[in-house]
Amino acid sequence: MISKKEIEHIAKLARLGLSDAEIKKYKNDLSSILGYIEKLKEVDISGIEPTSHSVIVESVTREDEAKAEESEVVRKLAEMAPDKKNGYVKVKSVL
Amino acid sequence: MELTELTIAEANRGLVNKEFSAQDLAKAFLDKIEKEDKDIFSFLTVTKDQALLKAKQVDELINGKNDIPLLAGVPLGVKDNILVRGTRCTAGSKILENYISPYDAAVARKIKKQGAVILGKTNMDEFAMGASGENSAFGPTKNPRDLTKVPGGSSSGSAAAVAADMAVYALGSDTAGSIRQPASFCGIVGLKPTYGAVSRYGLIAMASSLDQIGPIAKTVEDARIVFEAIQGKDPADSTSVESEIRNQQFAIQKLRIGLPKEYFIKGTDNEVEKIVRGAIKKYEEMGAKIEEVSLPHTEYSVAAYYIITPSEISANLARYDGIKYGYSDNAVNDLMKVYLNSRGRGFGDEVRRRIMLGTYALSAGYYDAYYLRAQKVRTLIREDFTNVFKKVDVLMTPVAPTPAFLLGEKIKDPLSMYLCDVFTAPVNLAGLPALSLPAGKAGNLPVGLQIIGKPFEEDIILKAGELLEKTI
Repeated sequence: MISKKEIEHIAKLARLGLSDAEIKKYKNDLSSILGYIEKLKEVDISGIEPTSHSVIVESVTREDEAKAEESEVVRKLAEMAPDKKNGYVKVKSVL
Repeated sequence: MELTELTIAEANRGLVNKEFSAQDLAKAFLDKIEKEDKDIFSFLTVTKDQALLKAKQVDELINGKNDIPLLAGVPLGVKDNILVRGTRCTAGSKILENYISPYDAAVARKIKKQGAVILGKTNMDEFAMGASGENSAFGPTKNPRDLTKVPGGSSSGSAAAVAADMAVYALGSDTAGSIRQPASFCGIVGLKPTYGAVSRYGLIAMASSLDQIGPIAKTVEDARIVFEAIQGKDPADSTSVESEIRNQQFAIQKLRIGLPKEYFIKGTDNEVEKIVRGAIKKYEEMGAKIEEVSLPHTEYSVAAYYIITPSEISANLARYDGIKYGYSDNAVNDLMKVYLNSRGRGFGDEVRRRIMLGTYALSAGYYDAYYLRAQKVRTLIREDFTNVFKKVDVLMTPVAPTPAFLLGEKIKDPLSMYLCDVFTAPVNLAGLPALSLPAGKAGNLPVGLQIIGKPFEEDIILKAGELLEKTI
C-alpha cells in the first residue's frame, strides 16, 4: 500500500499540482494498479537481460552542426511560447 | 454507390476515369462530416479550405493528363497526435488545445506528396492513453455501429470516421492496440506495422519503445496501399529501418497458423471466441495448417506494459512545462508553481495517473523492483514469440476479449480499462506487425480477428487477411 506522503512526493517529482481530493484518489488508484503489477514477482527473471527496444537500435550519428531551418518555422516555434520578450522565451526567476 | 462509400482503389479508378472530380469527392465527405459528425464526434478539427484547395490541385493534374499516385485526391482523417503543418494538433489534451503544428510529420509529408486530401484531425484518448476514446479532453467519440457504445481507443475518431464513411481511410497510432482494437470495435481494418517500419517523426510521443503509426481502412487492400506509402527509413527517426520488400511466395496450403492457447481462455466473451474460431476454421478449409502453440508469459504482458509505458510517459511528457508551448498558468510568480499548475490543470485524469505511476516506478529505490523487472519480463514475452515463429508463420487470436462496450462502463475503473489490451499489448512489447480485420458480428457489434506476423512480414499477414475478407 502506497502512503499519502509517497503520493505527495511523487506528485512533486512529476511537477503535478494536485488537490487533496486528487491525492487521495491517486493513492487508491496507484495502490490498486501496483497490486495487480505484483504479478510480475511470480516470473523467474534470473539471468534474463532486459529489453528496452524490440528491435536492435543502433546509434545514429551525424555531424554536429546547426541545420538551417526555414525562418517561418523558427518564427512559429518561438511564437508558441506562452510568455516571451524580444524574441526570447521568458521564464520566471529560477533563483 | 455513394462517393463516401468508396475504397482507395475505387476512388482512384473513379478519379482517373473522370467519373467524378477530386473536388466532388472532397465535398461529399465534408458535407457528410458537417451533417453527421455531431452525433459521433470523430473529428476535432476539420480543415475544409485546405482540403478543397488540395482537391482542386489534384483535379488540375488529372485534367492536364498527368498520371496520379494512388492516394491523390483521396480524402482521409489524421489522428490528432500526428503533426500536419499549419493545423491545430491537440493530442486530445487541453494542454495542447491551441497548439499549431509548425511542421509536417514524416507520414503527413509522404501522403501529401502523393496528393492526399486531409479532411481534418480525428478525436482520440488524451495523448493516446485509453481504450475507449472517453479520455479525450474534448468529449468522447461514439461508435457509428451503435451510438451507446464506445468506438474503442485510442484511435477512436480515426476508426469511427472510416466506419461512418466520413473518410476513405485514416492514420492512427498503436502503442498497445490503439489501431487494432478500435478497428475491431468499428468493424473495419487496422494495421499495426512492425516497430521501426514507419517513421514516428512528428508523432506526439507516448511510449517511444512501443509507438507505431499505421493505417485504418475499409479493406485490407487499402491498408496495404497506405502502409506502402508511409513505410521506410527516415534519418529523423533513428529507430526507423528500411523494410526489405519481400515479395514472398504465398500459398494458403503452405501457411502454418498458430493458435496461442493463452489467447483462448475463460474471460473472453463467448460470441467473440465463436466468431474468431469460425474465421480460423475458414482458413483450415482453405488448406492452411492449424496448430495450437503456447506463449507462456502472456498473462504478464499487461502488468509489464503498465510499468514500461507509464515510465516512458513520465519522461516523454516532461516536455509539457508551461514554458515552451501549450497551456500555461503563469499568473503565479514562482517557477515551481508555473510547473505545478500548468501540468496539474493541463493534463487530464488518465495522463496524470500514468505520469504518477511512471514517476513512482522510476524513482529511487523502486527502479529494480518495477522498471528493470518489467523489462526482463518483456524479454521473456519477446522470446515466446521468437520460439513459436520457428514452428508457424502467423498467429491468429481475438483482438479484444469483448465487442464494443457501453460508454461509461469502464471509465471509472482504470484497471478494467487496462485489461482491454490483453491480446494486443504483447504484440507491441515484441515489436511485431499485426492486422485486425472484421471476422463477424455479435448481434449488431463487429468482432475482429487479429493476425500477428514475424517482424517485417506485413506482406504475409495482409495476404492472409485478404483471403478471409473474400469469404465474408
